[in-house]
Amino acid sequence: MSEVLANSPKGHIEVKNFSLAYETIEGAVQAVTDTQIHVRPGEFVSIVGPSGCGKSTLLNAVAGFLKPTTGVVTVDGERVNGPSAERGMVFQQYSLFPWKTVRENVEFGLKMRGMPRSQRERAARTLLGLAGLEAFEKHYPEKLSGGMKQRVGIVRALATGPKVLLLDEPFGALDAQTRVIMQQILTNMWQRLKISVLFVTHDIDEAIFLSDRVYCMTARPGSIKAEIPIPLERPRQQSMMMSSEFLALRRGLMSLIREESLKAMGGEINDLGMQGLNIELHGHSLADVI
Amino acid sequence: MSSPALVRQPEDSMPATALAEAGSAPAAIIRPSTPPSFATLGLRWYRLNRAGLRAAAIGVISLLAFLLVWHLLTTYRVVFFVRFTNVPSPLAVYDSFIKAIHDPKFLMHILLSCRRIFIGFSLAAIVGVPLGLIMGRFKLVHEVIFPVAEVLRPIPAIAWVPMAIMLWPTNEQSIVYITFLGSFFPILVNTLHGMSLVDPVLVRAAQCLGARERSIFREVYFPASLPHIFTGLTVGMGVAWVSLIAAEMISGQYGIGYFTWEAYSLVQYADIALGMIAIGVLGLGSSLLIRGAGQLVMPWRST
Ligand SMILES: Nc1ncnc2c1ncn2[C@@H]1O[C@H](COP(=O)(O)OP(=O)(O)OP(=O)(O)O)[C@@H](O)[C@H]1O
Ligand SMILES: [Mg+2]
Repeated sequence: MSEVLANSPKGHIEVKNFSLAYETIEGAVQAVTDTQIHVRPGEFVSIVGPSGCGKSTLLNAVAGFLKPTTGVVTVDGERVNGPSAERGMVFQQYSLFPWKTVRENVEFGLKMRGMPRSQRERAARTLLGLAGLEAFEKHYPEKLSGGMKQRVGIVRALATGPKVLLLDEPFGALDAQTRVIMQQILTNMWQRLKISVLFVTHDIDEAIFLSDRVYCMTARPGSIKAEIPIPLERPRQQSMMMSSEFLALRRGLMSLIREESLKAMGGEINDLGMQGLNIELHGHSLADVI
Repeated sequence: MSSPALVRQPEDSMPATALAEAGSAPAAIIRPSTPPSFATLGLRWYRLNRAGLRAAAIGVISLLAFLLVWHLLTTYRVVFFVRFTNVPSPLAVYDSFIKAIHDPKFLMHILLSCRRIFIGFSLAAIVGVPLGLIMGRFKLVHEVIFPVAEVLRPIPAIAWVPMAIMLWPTNEQSIVYITFLGSFFPILVNTLHGMSLVDPVLVRAAQCLGARERSIFREVYFPASLPHIFTGLTVGMGVAWVSLIAAEMISGQYGIGYFTWEAYSLVQYADIALGMIAIGVLGLGSSLLIRGAGQLVMPWRST
């Protein structure tokens, strides 16, 4: 950890006193309230939480797409005012430009920066090579599998050398096997580039497996319910997911989220007369497991 | 900045699974070293194009059947609600076709119609596409122009004929104007529609990669709207022909629409059918041209 910090002084995300309300016809919808998070330079941090709790809202504010209603978002001390190539983003819906080939997609950020064609072609080829995609550089995205599309999406976001990488459920649409491969590729690139990563997911295993730290959010209006350090050593192996340490972390996070999900669906459950199912609310307290 | 640093990274630490997955695809492309014989190539081509061949064969048969029915209806001068007494037979039309292609006047009619289409349609595209793009991007332009366009749009181009004759000094100009009007609105409306459907996530993706307003317009909005722009051009081309033929029949002196109408006045029944077929072929040809252009401009959408 200290070595990463030494090599990479950049990418320190700070979100302070953050709240965000959407203006709608029915009035303001408070999506996120009173939230503080931070990502240290070179750190991998995940955000988990029940559906609709404001994870995407928070991430989009860090990206600069949304303005906080109160509070500030800063990266390396500079206030975020709008999207920029300093903060790379990967979207769940892949969002590759269908009219550009794989290589042109990866080149896009460099082109915007004014890099000459031959130079950016070379850079894009090298980057695609690192992700095992060199054979597909001339393909259009439509022809690629979901996993490949998302690899291109990650490579494209990294091509401009951003300080931080933001990912919003990037592997949500992938099958389990591809997911595992993608997690390894992402870890790999993150370790090489030594940038900070803010990763939104609803998959608890994924969050634990990838992260240095996990934030768990409350049901809407979302705020930080708990901050859980993941002390598992790196490099992480797939086999670690069976270790008692991993399972304990998993159990702890699971019960936190279940509690919030139930709160979010509380009304519904009562309406449906499902109290009788005896859904376990407080399996383990966090103190037990950590 | 940091991408050159990336370039120097060793490749050994790639996860083995990822490399295996990536490696499997190029391997599939490698073929046995002996080149396949013509027979196998032919067979393979046949297998791949079987559906297309079938459609072509059935198409030819159905066209022949159409000609046969036409032939029978006219030789027996069938009267059954509609009267085929004066309708020319396919052979008569063929005769007048042979005569016409040696007649410079007929060719001139066709050339003139094509020229009117070319000018009117090109103007419509040159004005309609950029206007649609700008209206789609800038609210104020949209708010100013849209109401006017909505009021004028339902007026069929043919209804403009008297007004066009008053507006333009020459007959030729008023016909081109009608053609322009006919194709302008479909082009404008479809371009606008394309702009409204641009995926906002793609715009965001471009913004995070450092794209500014102008680049976003050129690199995202424009290419994203192209499929709808081409829909507009195809529809516009069809309406351009409809408007042109009507205008030529009403006020023209030349052109294939005029030729067809004149044939009726001169009781040259075979020429009526010839004119109609010529119009059909020209319309088909021009929409094929647009489709071809679309495939050239949007290679990502072919196949
Ligand atoms: N544009 C909007 N206008 C009004 N309300 C919105 C808007 N976008 C999101 N919301 C609401 O704000 C809340 C938070 O949304 P957000 O998309 O951030 O949640 P999320 O945690 O990412 O959910 P999910 O897990 O489903 O992706 C939700 O309840 C949602 O209904
Ligand atoms: Mg979300």
